[in-house]
Amino acid sequence: MAGKEQKFTLPKWNRIVYNADYFMKHLKRKILEMAVKAGEGHIPSAFSVLDILWVLYDRVLDTRPHTKGNDHFILSKGHSSMGLYIVLAEKGFIQKDILETLGKFESILGGHPDRTKMSDIEASTGSLGHGLPMAVGLALGMRIKKEIGRVYTIIGDGECNEGTIWESALLASHHRLNNLYCIVDYNHSGDRALSLGDLRAKFESFGWDSVSIDGHNHDEIYKILTKKSDVKPMAIIANTVKGKGLKVMENNHEWHHKTPKYEELMAFMEELK
Amino acid sequence: MRKQFVKTIEEILSKDNRLVVLLGDIGIFGFNNSFKNYPSRVYNIGILEQSTIGVAAGLSMNGLVPVVHTIAPFIVERGFEQIKDDFGYQKLGGNFVSVGASYDYAALGCTHHCPADVGVLKNIPGVEIIVPGTASEFDRLFKSSYADGKPTYFRLSEKSNTQSYDVEFGKAFIIKKGSKATVIAVGPMLDMVKEACKDLDVTILYYTTLAPFDEGTLANAISGKTIFVCEPFYEGTLSFDVSKALSKMSIMPRMVYIGVPREFIHYYGKSEDIDKHLKLRTEDIRERIVNNI
Repeated sequence: MAGKEQKFTLPKWNRIVYNADYFMKHLKRKILEMAVKAGEGHIPSAFSVLDILWVLYDRVLDTRPHTKGNDHFILSKGHSSMGLYIVLAEKGFIQKDILETLGKFESILGGHPDRTKMSDIEASTGSLGHGLPMAVGLALGMRIKKEIGRVYTIIGDGECNEGTIWESALLASHHRLNNLYCIVDYNHSGDRALSLGDLRAKFESFGWDSVSIDGHNHDEIYKILTKKSDVKPMAIIANTVKGKGLKVMENNHEWHHKTPKYEELMAFMEELK
Repeated sequence: MRKQFVKTIEEILSKDNRLVVLLGDIGIFGFNNSFKNYPSRVYNIGILEQSTIGVAAGLSMNGLVPVVHTIAPFIVERGFEQIKDDFGYQKLGGNFVSVGASYDYAALGCTHHCPADVGVLKNIPGVEIIVPGTASEFDRLFKSSYADGKPTYFRLSEKSNTQSYDVEFGKAFIIKKGSKATVIAVGPMLDMVKEACKDLDVTILYYTTLAPFDEGTLANAISGKTIFVCEPFYEGTLSFDVSKALSKMSIMPRMVYIGVPREFIHYYGKSEDIDKHLKLRTEDIRERIVNNI
């Protein structure tokens, strides 16, 4: 009887009981270490999406290392790759010692994720505006093949300047892809050049269900990412802070693609204790 | 060729449930039967070529075999980065079938011309490029390569040769052997080349696959001291492939490229009018070969 029950319960492999605040700080320290060792990486962008990535891999996605699950995930804003790598390592998808090789000549971990390097990365991204169209294709393909499961993608608000975002937003609602969840990491990067304003209203006017959440609140993230929609694709406007957790980095564009020096690193580590 | 494309697709749709067709709002009436019979696998996707290619890549990731169809410049030139990143870099398979060739839509102006397509796509490693010369050659080549796991470009054109050959994917076809020169005819150029060279002692090689380029056949069959490359797109598009194929020769032959000159065509009319203006008719080709042999 017990065996039977287990069969019908989603495996809770490798679940970590954690204090969210403490644990995110721990992951951020790891990201800083990775970036300093590599002398490379977009730290504030990784911090911005880290909570969402963690909730996705810890509680939402039906996917396990090297096993094809029912769900798909594309990190469309590929420059947040360090956030993805640290979560994949924490969840056992990649060995932790590989993190140190980020950006090195023969590493499987590039500045942007590369699907040809490991099967657990679904899409090679880097150029903005490519992930959402591919996610639409995956969602449409699941519909054609009558597969269950969902497709999640994370795009940035700056990325929403790309025409392909709105082209595929139209496609997704027209084809009623209610298995598609597009998370907008709304960290206001786009405000420097071309602000998108009310993204929630924009997605709604493109025929999506759209909600606005605190992109650093794990329970809010979990609740919306597991909410079922009847016919519409779901846009989640996740209000985030770029560089979240480090005062000098928060919303400071100077840090977009910069590696901390030794003294800075020490101060950051202290701040993240 | 367009009619054959519809027929070939209808046939494969019935046999291979992985095939998914995305039409860029052109040629949709021809696909009426397919829309009716396979509503979940044939779409008039709309006028959004960049996203269409991304969507095709997503389908491919999920084990389906996409076919994207619209006018050449809108696939190749507008969607270049999508083909590069989403298909080339990610090593995904898919098919891009274009119409319009270099200037089939002569009267519509240069926005609808695409003499650069093959040259542009040659910059994406791993992309296969096929230029069939007849409808039945398209059928044959499409069936042999549409599901080979590589991105493949098929260039359909209004011009078509009168005779079809048993062409194979990746292989050049030896039409005749001679001694004074070598003439390469690409796809729909073959009829004109055969006519232009009918009394000339030259070797004629017929190419329908341009990537990967069959270097071996050219290196083995070369004759005479001059190579004429007759291309239905920008002249010199195949220059790198030809010189690479011959790089082991001690003395390089002279190379003459006969194709579309690299200039915008600010004229309209029919494609035959433009052939005349650009000197790409049979008599023009013959003149250039005879004068340079």
